[in-house]
Amino acid sequence: MTSQVETSSSAPVGHGQGDDHIHPAPRNMLSRYVFSSDHKVIGVQFLSSGLIFFVIGGLLAMALRWQLAWPWKPMPILSRMLWSDPSLGYQMPPEFYAKLFTMHGTIMIFFVIIPILNGGFGNFLIPLMIGARDMAFPRLNMVSYWFMPPAMVFISYSFLVEGGAPEAGWTSYPPLTIARWATPGSLNGQTFWLLAVLCAGISSLLGAINYLTTILMLRAPGMTMMRMPMTVWGLFVTAILQAFALPVLTSALVMQTLDRVAGTNFFSPTGLAVANAPAVVGGGGPILFQHLFWFYSHPAVYVMILPGMGMVSDIIATFSRKPLFGYKPMVYAIGGIAGLGFIVWGHHMFQSGMNPAVGATFMLSTMMIALPSAIKVFNWLGTMWGGRIQFTTAMLNAVAFVAMFVIGGLSGIFMAASPVDMHIHDTYFIVAHLHYVLFGGSMFAIFAAVQYWFPKIFGRMMNEPLGKLHFFLTFITFNCTFYLMHIVGMHGHLRRIADPTVYESLRNSGVTNMNQFMTYSAFALGAAQILFAMNFFWSLAFGPRAAANPWHANTLEWETTSPPAYYNFARIPVVHHAPYEYSVPGLEVDFLPQTKPLPPAAMLHPVNS
Amino acid sequence: MVVRNWSFLFALVAVLSVAAFLYAPFSPDWWLPNPHSAPGHSVSSMGREIDLLFIVILLITGLVFIGTQVALVWEAFTFVDQLDEQGKPKRAASYFHGDNRLEIVWTLVPAVILVFITIYQFGTWARIKYPSRNPKVPPLAEITARQFQWVMRYPGPDGRLHSPDDLILINDLHFVKNQPTLIHLKSSDVIHSFFLPQFRLKQDAVPGLTIPVWFDSDTAGSFELACAELCGWGHYKMRGNVTVHETEAEFAKWTSERIGEQNRDQLDLATDGEAR
Repeated sequence: MTSQVETSSSAPVGHGQGDDHIHPAPRNMLSRYVFSSDHKVIGVQFLSSGLIFFVIGGLLAMALRWQLAWPWKPMPILSRMLWSDPSLGYQMPPEFYAKLFTMHGTIMIFFVIIPILNGGFGNFLIPLMIGARDMAFPRLNMVSYWFMPPAMVFISYSFLVEGGAPEAGWTSYPPLTIARWATPGSLNGQTFWLLAVLCAGISSLLGAINYLTTILMLRAPGMTMMRMPMTVWGLFVTAILQAFALPVLTSALVMQTLDRVAGTNFFSPTGLAVANAPAVVGGGGPILFQHLFWFYSHPAVYVMILPGMGMVSDIIATFSRKPLFGYKPMVYAIGGIAGLGFIVWGHHMFQSGMNPAVGATFMLSTMMIALPSAIKVFNWLGTMWGGRIQFTTAMLNAVAFVAMFVIGGLSGIFMAASPVDMHIHDTYFIVAHLHYVLFGGSMFAIFAAVQYWFPKIFGRMMNEPLGKLHFFLTFITFNCTFYLMHIVGMHGHLRRIADPTVYESLRNSGVTNMNQFMTYSAFALGAAQILFAMNFFWSLAFGPRAAANPWHANTLEWETTSPPAYYNFARIPVVHHAPYEYSVPGLEVDFLPQTKPLPPAAMLHPVNS
Repeated sequence: MVVRNWSFLFALVAVLSVAAFLYAPFSPDWWLPNPHSAPGHSVSSMGREIDLLFIVILLITGLVFIGTQVALVWEAFTFVDQLDEQGKPKRAASYFHGDNRLEIVWTLVPAVILVFITIYQFGTWARIKYPSRNPKVPPLAEITARQFQWVMRYPGPDGRLHSPDDLILINDLHFVKNQPTLIHLKSSDVIHSFFLPQFRLKQDAVPGLTIPVWFDSDTAGSFELACAELCGWGHYKMRGNVTVHETEAEFAKWTSERIGEQNRDQLDLATDGEAR
């Protein structure tokens, strides 16, 4: 490794663009692979811990589905071992069901999707795609990862404290969360939830500051903002959202923590008494927390989808062998989503008791945010139009992202319409919607991104047939699991209830059959992920060695070795044109890397529209 | 040809998605919750408006869904990369970066549709939720949610709430058909949500606030009241009964019976059924 550095730095230095500024990789294994400040190692750390928590979050969902399909029927083996006892006839206690969905949501959002997309791919890709040697603040980057392990310990340990894990949903509305005797999970578990999410939030915030600085300051010569790949745009705008919205969540979490442990009354109304506990002085407002929470957590929805949109744009352009349709509208659409994303949080609170006139305003802004999302879908379809579509596993997952995001986006219009939301709010219609965005969207983007960048990250190709089988099964079982949730939801099936058969309207054979069908599908969906794990680990060890640019893509990360050396680029690349110049007429090959000067025979169209 | 098969997978999922919503109106177990006597008819006036809105949005989004999926499947079928015997692509990809006129069209058309949906429903939202538009009637009851029940306080013979003759019942809401009915919604502990699925009505009950909520029904019978906001371990069982009486007289009879029940001597209750 050191010898390579010496050769490259002894090479003639033409532009003085930092070629002579390569630091050697640390020799100590601990500071190289564990406490590393290398953005690539940190990216892999975020990716691995995210995938581990994906398994945990998925298993929690399986237990949830069991209870919904066969309420109170003991689950073989696990009921005995983990959550029940003979005095209950091995039934699942209702509070344990609440722990399951609370932890499923929290883990999937704060420990899987956000860390994988932003921490994992954000870290790995940003410096490589803009032509930098590392992040602007490598040590801050390391700190940002090392805020995650305490968060993971807190969230896992909450299962073991007296009263068990939190039970207030991933939204954690007070007063349920601040009155310690309101429900068993609020006794102690909620405090650990708050600490865990605080740590995860600090991790994201530090990352966001780093990404913004890196993208603004460390772009390679010639890499103008309008020559950046969409992935970098997605991550850049996401970082803006994180940097400006997270402080609000952080303060809300600190206030809730103080309400729990220090006797403050930010969120407790005057004289509040829960579960016969003595009344508190109060004077605070429960709805205030909802405003603060959703001021972050609605932008967080875009934090979980914008990076995916960027990656999918890159993957679709690469495998359509065509320039991205409407690059500038795509960039403006991401900006529009982010801007509007800050003024739509109230649509989560239409029925909360907030002034209904304010609700009417939020309805208008929410409807408008559907617009940039629609523009993006049309542009992806335009990108595929007339292309030479290569259905690699990455491309299949990316196309599935588009197809599923359409469903998730369109179902959002129902709840943006506040009168319709009055009926479907807090029902399975919402659960269907959010899973179409977060699984159909974010998770398919993650599958696509792993398959696409695996050769760059680990230097080996993933197995294509196995990847396609995983995609096929996941796509089918995902739809079987979540699509019918729209139907039971509009029929009035509430979310977060342990037993639907309490209600007469949900006690019929139609709803029961759908619930059982969704559960079988969910188990199949879970089982299909074993293929992904097999492919991941098998390819890690035995996959064929990857070339530097296996997909014949244009962006800068493909212009260095797979995996990249410690210093990313022997010489900082010079960027000559836009990232999506595929199938340029007059060229022998159908791609034109950003670093390659345009041959005299060819002419590029301006990226105008 | 094999590579083209992926387009059939996307087509299959899209077709089944549309089929589920085409089947739903024909099954009372799938469609919006309604009484069995009239599966297509919501019992409340706001419910009928909301159902209409729901169907309008379902049609618009359904058409957009079909349009985008047809385009996607067609592209996946037509533009798939096919190789000749030498392994060379049979067809080169087109080279273009976009089209400004198309961008303007597919920005303006959805914008008009979205603004239409928004304006179309403002009236319904205002009529349902604005306190200034509430029916000018005295409240039927004060409903206080607590873990995990609904405490219903009816005014009793003097017509005033919080007087000694109030009738207090648990999980039992009664009112009269074809009369706009107003309640005052409160919570005494955590946040709950007052949800009448057959009426399409939902309103959170927030500790510290008293929120007026109104509804009506054109059908007499029994319905359900659910708690829609997670309120603790027993959230799932926080169910109430709703009874809509055919006539005012029937409701008055029921009220006086319940008040009689409430005023019965405790000693009487204890010796009920025994010979004196």
